[in-house]
Amino acid sequence: MDMSVLIALPVIIPLIIGALSLVALNNHGVQRILGVLGTAAVLVAAIVLLWQTWLNGIKVLEVGSWPAPFGIVLVSDLLGAIMVLLAAITGFATAVYSLKTVRKRFERFGYYPLLHLLLAGVNGAFLTGDIFNLYVWFEVLLVASFALLIQGGERAQMEGAIKYVTLNLLSSALFLTAIGLLYGLVGSLNMADIAVRLQQVEDPKMVTLVAMLFLIAFSIKAAAFPLFFWLPASYHTPQVAVSAVFAGLLTKVGVYALYRVFTLMFTGEVDFTHQILLWMAVFTMLTGVLGAASQYEVRRILSFHIISQIGYMMLGLALFTPLALIGGVFYIMHHIIVKANLFFVAGMMYRLGGSFELKQLGGLYKKHPGLALLFMIPAFSLAGVPPLSGFFAKFILIKAGVEAQAWWAVAIALFVGLFTLFSMIKIWNEAFWKKAPEPAIEVPAPYRNTALYWTTGLLAAMTVAIGIFAQPIYVLAETAAQQLLEPQRYIEAVLGGAK
Amino acid sequence: MSRQFNMRSLILSTGTTIILPLLLLFSLFLLLRGHNEPGGGFIGGLVAAAAIALKLFADDYPSAKALLRVHPLQLVGIGLALAALSSLPSLLVGDNFFTAQWWTLPLPIFGELKLSTPLIFDIGVFLGVIGTVLTVIFTLVEAEH
Repeated sequence: MDMSVLIALPVIIPLIIGALSLVALNNHGVQRILGVLGTAAVLVAAIVLLWQTWLNGIKVLEVGSWPAPFGIVLVSDLLGAIMVLLAAITGFATAVYSLKTVRKRFERFGYYPLLHLLLAGVNGAFLTGDIFNLYVWFEVLLVASFALLIQGGERAQMEGAIKYVTLNLLSSALFLTAIGLLYGLVGSLNMADIAVRLQQVEDPKMVTLVAMLFLIAFSIKAAAFPLFFWLPASYHTPQVAVSAVFAGLLTKVGVYALYRVFTLMFTGEVDFTHQILLWMAVFTMLTGVLGAASQYEVRRILSFHIISQIGYMMLGLALFTPLALIGGVFYIMHHIIVKANLFFVAGMMYRLGGSFELKQLGGLYKKHPGLALLFMIPAFSLAGVPPLSGFFAKFILIKAGVEAQAWWAVAIALFVGLFTLFSMIKIWNEAFWKKAPEPAIEVPAPYRNTALYWTTGLLAAMTVAIGIFAQPIYVLAETAAQQLLEPQRYIEAVLGGAK
Repeated sequence: MSRQFNMRSLILSTGTTIILPLLLLFSLFLLLRGHNEPGGGFIGGLVAAAAIALKLFADDYPSAKALLRVHPLQLVGIGLALAALSSLPSLLVGDNFFTAQWWTLPLPIFGELKLSTPLIFDIGVFLGVIGTVLTVIFTLVEAEH
């Protein structure tokens, strides 16, 4: 058996598990077991895939034996494999967390099948080597996310969902238009093939135009400045497990697409395209962190911080030096785990403290010191306090900024880091440190929270581990960045290396 | 008590008992014909769903539901699972993931029967379409009650 099937596993396992849990529609126990086992299987597959990609270089699978550039290829380079592993970690954590938090009502309306469909879409987007197929996976994950977002049918959810759906459909339409123009320009949909053919196009202005369309489409998905407001309008409305998986993964699919497209295909006019990226990155960081400062609802604060963090990741791509790309990849690795975890912790704060509003929370440190610790690790990592993962991520990026002499970007990145710390301390002071407000909120009878503590604890341990083992993680990010900077390897693997 | 449709009539009801099996057979015909000629799982699924919708109009909701036996969403699940699983047999013979596999089955009178993974995929689509369309229709009917 060919090992290349490994590349398809992160996509096909969630699809099969999702379909099976749809068959077991009325049996919630089976759905839960399938959820944990299925996401665990994807996790194992993702680890092996990353290991194999690390050892043997870029792996390619020609689906259905249709040769590239005509058929669809799945490609696992280091960036793709890293993203799949992060998605698998988030997926598994969410499945375990859902066991105790997702209400029966939502399970009956297909929570688990939708979750698996979402994960299949995310993994498909990370692995595909075909630009139209990328669009299809985007749609798959969007359809699943629409449905997950409005489960429950509350007013706030509908309001958020309308903004979410409208802007994301606009983005999809732009994406599709860009693909159409690109196909008209080069006559291919295979990304490696496009990269080769773009070098022979005689109309560089047209190429830049198409590049800008992709930039707008993906930056909407990534919630970058200026079209980010769908995110804070919607991310705090669904149940916490859904918020966490959205926060961890969805915007990062947009970031990944930017990384893929602007390192592989559109590198002809770097001075122009990446300059725009740089400005977008700076404004994204700023607006996100300033938006968070004015919020007093835990999930909304965290949502705004997703935006500011997206800015850092875009900064890595925009500077486009080896060190900056390393920083960007490192940042993505650190961010997905920390962000999902913070939402998980927010959910526990709600269960134990009775509210998401900072004004109504208080005294959690005294009652639940374990939870306080579990909040502190990802929160301080997000803010960039050494020796946690966020410190190294920010440090590499800022060092890259100094080397590239992008002083403004460096200054703003530092400022935003400080403000992030301010935000996290705000949550700490209000929810954990200050005395519980009178009259205290009635918290329902004690839950069994062991599974939740395990989930957040494991993710927190990973955050610490990324900080402690920053050196090997750095080497991994470095190799991934090298592959991005030498698209020739990707192209050869897809077009030349395949049998 | 379930609400009765205005258009309920003896002629439609009697006609449906005759047409329903024919429609279902026709949908299967479309499904199997689809590999080389117009037809396929999608169209076949639409026809089959239309047949069950006809039953719904001619008789009532419970009898249409009884005809299906399972929840339409479960049908979607079975369909999707079949479609996804049809990608795997290629691995057993060492081909690339999702490569189409063909088997010919010699039959005494009819010549030979061609079976393939695209057919399994198409059956998956067929069930998926029936399930999706009927989920929509049944949800609307339930909203009426």
